[in-house]
Amino acid sequence: MQSALTISGLEKTYKGGFQALKGIDLTVNQGDFFALLGPNGAGKSTTIGIITSLVNKTAGKVAVFGHDIDQELEAAKSFIGLVPQEFNFNQFEPLMKILVNQAGYYGVERSIAVERAEKYLKQLDLWDKRNDAARMLSGGMKRRLMIARALMHEPKMLILDEPTAGVDIELRRSMWEFLRELNQQGITIILTTHYLEEAEMLCRNIAIIDSGIIVENTDMKSLLAKLDVETFVFDLKPNSKPAHLTGFCFRVVDDHTLEVDVKKCQTINQVFTELTQQGIEVLSMRNKSNRLEELFVSLVGSGQESATSAIEE
Amino acid sequence: MIAARNIIALKSILHKEIHRFMRIWVQTLVPPAITISLYFVIFGSLIGSRIGEMGGFDYMSFIVPGLIMMSVITNSYSNVASSFFSAKWQRNVEEMLVAPVPNWVIVAGYVGGGMARGMLVGSIVTFVAMFFVDIQIHNIWVIIATVALTSATFALGGLINAIFAGSFDDISIIPTFILTPLTYLGGVFYSISLLPEFWQGVSQINPIVYMVNAFRYGFLGITDVSLVLSFSVLGVFIVSLYTIAMVLITKGIGLRS
Repeated sequence: MQSALTISGLEKTYKGGFQALKGIDLTVNQGDFFALLGPNGAGKSTTIGIITSLVNKTAGKVAVFGHDIDQELEAAKSFIGLVPQEFNFNQFEPLMKILVNQAGYYGVERSIAVERAEKYLKQLDLWDKRNDAARMLSGGMKRRLMIARALMHEPKMLILDEPTAGVDIELRRSMWEFLRELNQQGITIILTTHYLEEAEMLCRNIAIIDSGIIVENTDMKSLLAKLDVETFVFDLKPNSKPAHLTGFCFRVVDDHTLEVDVKKCQTINQVFTELTQQGIEVLSMRNKSNRLEELFVSLVGSGQESATSAIEE
Repeated sequence: MIAARNIIALKSILHKEIHRFMRIWVQTLVPPAITISLYFVIFGSLIGSRIGEMGGFDYMSFIVPGLIMMSVITNSYSNVASSFFSAKWQRNVEEMLVAPVPNWVIVAGYVGGGMARGMLVGSIVTFVAMFFVDIQIHNIWVIIATVALTSATFALGGLINAIFAGSFDDISIIPTFILTPLTYLGGVFYSISLLPEFWQGVSQINPIVYMVNAFRYGFLGITDVSLVLSFSVLGVFIVSLYTIAMVLITKGIGLRS
């Protein structure tokens, strides 16, 4: 099967000498949900900029669905939908015009573009704002507008650069669901983020870039298998005596909360055994990373009913 | 297939550009009408009546073509300069850069938008002029050709200015320090035959002289310079500025890092 994206030996040196990319190689298969992770300044946005021709490369090759951007740039561009990190639409234009014009740049007839704009504005819960100027939207709405805009020409590959940066948890979850649906429809999705959890939830394959070099490129399961330590939070019966665990790295947060780092070679059973021996009762246990998020969604996202069921559980 | 896509893209840019200046019509269409009305009242009615004839016509009739051309020049230039720079500033120019829009379509779309505003303002000013003077037309084709080529020339100039501009100040420097002096010294208010021989020679290097005179010929049938030379100057400017604009956009100057 032809790759959706092939990058080889990609280099970028900006004016002033800063080398953002130091010869990266990357392949993204068709239909993949691919994460490009890395800290700020690692080279994620530069890579995306080169793929979408917003940044001139210094060396290397990029091909989109087999179309080399040096030889067939316009053909390559027609496959890509871009959701950039920064808001880059005309703040004074109404949403409908922004979308219809964008479709026009890809050769989509106006009548078809109007139908698509309606479809995506409704799907992304922006239909009521269709005649408002873009500057009137909230931050989350602006992010959704950029997703709608990127889909107007029905691209085969969607690239999202930090799409959930600064977005509240509830909205982030609904965006994840929307992106999953798009991927199930066959759209290849490339996501850059520095939220590890986001990549874990959505992506099948992953590349980690740091200082312009790909330091890891594998499937998500293999990467997670490399995870050595997981942190668990134990809710203890109030006023329990201070816990002491041998062989574990742990933190007593307060008199009823204990955080324990469990290594791959250890088991949670060992923690329970030690706590039981000390007469400490455990009321519940959670993985540390999703605790606050789950609580927030159960209270705000799913309404009163799910909040009640969470309490009953 | 590709041709059809490019035509739709061109129509989209044109639609966006025309919609932009129509949406802010109080800023784009009304001021030229007011300014030109003041010119007519002051230079035409009050002072002009004391000046007498120029080139065989009363002063008011003489300055009308130049004033129309002045508004066409400034509006076609400033439309593209402000619109394209604003697109750079807000980064919505990236909407076009990531799409399969050929560079010539981007240039043609913005220049077309500038021409549309220049010619619409020119029409408004002509309409206003009809309240002050009987407009006569000597050759409609020369009028149409001159106004189209002149607006294209200055729209291209505005585009190049916007490509290089790094701040809003940068798109007002050229109009203030170059365009306005050249326009005022371009024979709008006087026949260059009135100037001493040296200054007549200097005026020959002012391209606006050729545009104003060709336009005046279309209305009144008089000109200080050869019509063929006027259209040649316009042709050279359009080809040169279009080439420069294409090279700049292709290289991504001010647009791509």
